[in-house]
Amino acid sequence: MHAFEYHRPEKSADAVSALKKAEDGRFLAGGQSLLPSMKQRLSAPSDLVSLSRVNELRGIKVDGKAVTIGSMTRHAEVADSADVARAIPALAELASNIGDRQVRNLGTIGGSIANDDPSADYPAAVLALNATVVTDRRRIAADDFFVDMFETALEPEELVTAVEFPVPDQAAYAKFEQPASRFALVGVMVARSGSEVRVAVTGAAPSVFRVPEMEKALAKEFKASAIEGINISPDEMMADMHGDADYRAHLVGVMARRAVDAAANR
Amino acid sequence: MSDTGIGASVKRREDDRFLTGRGHYTDDISLPHQTWAYFVRSPHAHARIRSIDTAAARKAPGVVAVFTGDDLAADEIGGLPCGWQVTDKHGEPMKEPAHPPLAQGKVRYVGDHVAVVIAESAWQARDAAEMVDVDYEMLPAVVSVDDAVKSDAARVHDDLDDNVCYVWEIGEKADTDAAFDKADHVTTLDLVNNRLIPNAIEPRAALANYSAGDDAYTLYTTSQNPHVTRLLMSAFVLNLPEHKVRVVSPDVGGGFGSKIFHYAEEAVLTWATRKVGRPVKWTADRAESFLCDAHGRDHVTRAELAMDKDGTFLGMRVRTRANMGAYLSTFAPSICSILYGTLLAGQYATPAIHCEVTAVFSNTAPVDAYRGAGRPEATYVVERLVSEAARELGMDQAEIRRRNFIPKDAFPYDTPVGLSYDTGDYEATLDAAMRQAQVDGFEKRRQEALSRGRYRGLGYSTYIEACGLAPSAMAGQLGARAGLYEAGEIRFHPTGSVTVFTGSHSHGQGHETTFAQVVSERLGIPIENVEVVHGDTDRIPFGMGTYGSRSIAVGGSALMKALDKVIEKGRKIAAHQLEAAVEDIEYDDGVYRVSGTDKQLTMPEVAFSAYVPHNYPLETLEPGLDESAFYDPTNFTYPAGSHICEVEVDPETGRVQVVNFVAVDDFGNVINPMIVEGQVHGGLAQGIGQALLENCQYDPESGQLVTGSYMDYTMPRADDLPTFEVDTRCTPCTSNPLGVKGCGEAGAIGAPPAVINAILDALAPLGVSRLDMPATPARVWHAIRTASSGKAA
Amino acid sequence: MGISISLTVNGRPVSAEVEPRTLLVQFLRETLGLTGTHIGCDTSQCGACTIHLDGRAVKSCSLLAADADGAEVTTIEGIASDGELHPMQAAFKEYHGLQCGFCTPGMVMSAIDLVQRYPGASDEVIRRQLEGNYCRCTGYQNIVRAVKAGAEAMEG
Repeated sequence: MHAFEYHRPEKSADAVSALKKAEDGRFLAGGQSLLPSMKQRLSAPSDLVSLSRVNELRGIKVDGKAVTIGSMTRHAEVADSADVARAIPALAELASNIGDRQVRNLGTIGGSIANDDPSADYPAAVLALNATVVTDRRRIAADDFFVDMFETALEPEELVTAVEFPVPDQAAYAKFEQPASRFALVGVMVARSGSEVRVAVTGAAPSVFRVPEMEKALAKEFKASAIEGINISPDEMMADMHGDADYRAHLVGVMARRAVDAAANR
Repeated sequence: MSDTGIGASVKRREDDRFLTGRGHYTDDISLPHQTWAYFVRSPHAHARIRSIDTAAARKAPGVVAVFTGDDLAADEIGGLPCGWQVTDKHGEPMKEPAHPPLAQGKVRYVGDHVAVVIAESAWQARDAAEMVDVDYEMLPAVVSVDDAVKSDAARVHDDLDDNVCYVWEIGEKADTDAAFDKADHVTTLDLVNNRLIPNAIEPRAALANYSAGDDAYTLYTTSQNPHVTRLLMSAFVLNLPEHKVRVVSPDVGGGFGSKIFHYAEEAVLTWATRKVGRPVKWTADRAESFLCDAHGRDHVTRAELAMDKDGTFLGMRVRTRANMGAYLSTFAPSICSILYGTLLAGQYATPAIHCEVTAVFSNTAPVDAYRGAGRPEATYVVERLVSEAARELGMDQAEIRRRNFIPKDAFPYDTPVGLSYDTGDYEATLDAAMRQAQVDGFEKRRQEALSRGRYRGLGYSTYIEACGLAPSAMAGQLGARAGLYEAGEIRFHPTGSVTVFTGSHSHGQGHETTFAQVVSERLGIPIENVEVVHGDTDRIPFGMGTYGSRSIAVGGSALMKALDKVIEKGRKIAAHQLEAAVEDIEYDDGVYRVSGTDKQLTMPEVAFSAYVPHNYPLETLEPGLDESAFYDPTNFTYPAGSHICEVEVDPETGRVQVVNFVAVDDFGNVINPMIVEGQVHGGLAQGIGQALLENCQYDPESGQLVTGSYMDYTMPRADDLPTFEVDTRCTPCTSNPLGVKGCGEAGAIGAPPAVINAILDALAPLGVSRLDMPATPARVWHAIRTASSGKAA
Repeated sequence: MGISISLTVNGRPVSAEVEPRTLLVQFLRETLGLTGTHIGCDTSQCGACTIHLDGRAVKSCSLLAADADGAEVTTIEGIASDGELHPMQAAFKEYHGLQCGFCTPGMVMSAIDLVQRYPGASDEVIRRQLEGNYCRCTGYQNIVRAVKAGAEAMEG
């Protein structure tokens, strides 16, 4: 990788100000996407502001209504948390299948959603569970957070500090893995809270998206058969060697039904 | 059988150092004052180099030197040689374009070597490499074999009329055509053998050092055959006297063929170390491995099988286009010809076979041997054809095979494609595999799966391979520019321990254990007293290295010859000391006995007296006990087996799961069953990887490597694979002293057609009849959809 | 500008000044000479560089040495004691869970972490949890057997 300046503040505020001073800096969270891209010289920030010592960004809080996860919380911590598993088992399960075990021991939720890889898992959870992204300066609704491929509503030097997930009545995530990277070729999270159902899809399109038609049908009847026959248009889908747009569009339906089944049988 | 002798599953002696992190791989070695090389590589598949400006890079921090092709040319450095010259069907030699270690005038694939930057640190070399300014004039690229032969295709080499390297043929065309004329049924298949990237987990690396004091070079390199590297590099590229060049291949982290070849980096580093007067080190990153390690396979084939109405094979016709890549790698021209066309008889008594292979150049990385090398491609053609023929004729997959097997009493058997099989019992092997695979219960399992919405299928592959490469005279007739014997040396030390020097190279095969088993058993000494040395041209007399499942069959046989010499010399020593006639001395299990008496001497006692010859036949015998031998095989060996694969397909997603895989192989005698089983497992993983996961893809227009990292090239992981059920049968090889056939490639050869045949069997009810490797979920789903829409229409 | 770091490697305190872009694996291999930890890829997938950071398996190619400041690091060189192989190392030898040996250090370090996290793991769990470690030689079957046996020995 190219040379860079390294900073390791202990407070969020210091991290933000360190980044403000940098010419073309980046926060370094778990580093599981950023460091490989720097090694391949696809990314060459002038400064890295490591968040590894900012302890206030770590930790999981669960009350009756919400699960709040600090942005520097590792995927493995979410996957292993008995509190998360009790409140939102689908979220713990999703975290337990991100990357591989070693990656989960370093990768963080804040890093994942700020990076907004179109095939990442967490964006589906954030959107389907109608989470709120908390930053050093504001609260951002899930529906406003993910903008496009690798693009979020975050402003320059804005630091994600936590993600608040309201506890749903039922939820599940079904993922079909891209065979090589094991990112989501198509991942679908469904969540029901009272009469509201949200269906969020990752991997299929340039950015995570909801499927209102499925949400409406599932709100009426939360069964896989309710969305049988709802076809997704391939027009907005991504295409690559692992799956063309038709295949991805088809998988959205399959994975959505499997997610509903899993949620209903939990 | 002793617990450390031939046939025992001795735990590996090399494991302790690997398990404790004390192995010595090339990148683990550092020399004082070493510098680091980074190669500037072409970002384009095909371009003319207008100019290279290295001025900025030369001034960059830490840079010691920057070299381009012009610098090599000024020193009259040669091109990388090809070790095999194939003669085309008109008797003309293949076209053999120059292969400069650093590009001259043109680059011909993405990753082609353009310049080398040598600096104080690896970072500095890479940073400075970005400052080398190359002005390229882009040219159209040609990627696929079908595009390469078009009349308007871009020419990879300006000095050639077209992109054809050669058109080669084997078998009798007239006989074969006649067989097709009288056939009741002809099965025709168009097949693609997908291009693969070998992906040994250890990336290639090299460290070169010139010692001015003795005017000698040392090259540490990740090679499967250090002597061949030394020979090719010193004689053809650098014009150095061979005795001034030492090549060391220390622990090597897997090869699978990709580390046989002499690569540009080795030659450039060895040349550059003298230029800069310091050691030069280079270690590939994985991205470079993807771009520049020689790839494997990449065939497009039309194959036809002629049969009578009972399914008896009458003839086979095969037309293949094979990709050579941009340049001829060391063994490349032999892989898709000699090691391919000769295997098309398979296990069958097909009377007439004709095969024509067109080898073409393209703007892709060189293609050469990859585990199996030609034989998997042949097996894929034969075994797909046979199963497809069974489907078309409504016959059972096993039955059609039985009907056409070479019977066990027909050996030795001469095939119509030039080989003479020594032994085999194909029917017995198939029976054993079918029992193991519980073929009887399959229909029940198929129905059970169907009740869950899944489709089950069973696929067969009864393969043969030609291993133990190779009889030199035969290889020479076929175009080899070297011999293919192996060398070994047995050095008895005065105190009774033995050092074994072998020209074979172990990079995972466990020779330090298996060769020691052979030697310790033959000499009757404890295995702990035997050390096996490989991979160093200064320590080992000579060697052709390890590939083509040749190590035990050829390397082991060389050691057997050397052991015989040791034992015979010992017999004379024993006769002298025991005051008996040489012909009265019996040797067994490390002990010389005077026949019919209790007078005896042990091997270590004999060895001691050879070094302390106080009572010794000095007038007729030299002191010492150190014998070497070269062994040149008289025939190939012919491992063969039956593989049966059971799959389950999820029709909604197209995902294929291998639920069972049975491999019953005949490797002849087995030295260490544990190691043999491990070799089969590894081969199967690579074969299943080819069938389901792995696919090297270039963009057809730009020639950019699309699968350039593990993000897109699918490596088999633990949960992609089933628990294999493997077993062996034995018809001992008749052409070598150990009766061994070799086991390293069997899995990679047998598995791919077994997997695809199983998927096609599973999906037959849905009307799917065409499927290429790799059968990825997307591909399988599309095949199902196409078939069902075809049915609807 | 160099960064000062202090950490514990295989039980021994280590202090050094590193360039910021130094990866932990480079620090281990080049600065400390612990060449048992290998580098097999550049996209954090192959797992050859797996080590333990504060008791958990991580890929040392995807972590800055600077970010390991203050940590406890264990490498393949640090798990045998008094010349006795760690039970997981011994199991890999017993069940032929290695061939070329290149992926082996990372595989063993990953396996130890795996069995600590998933006591009594089934074959299926072991296979899934090894997805971050590539082996090109063994076909994984004997690795799975070794991990199971190693787990029993560690728990035993």
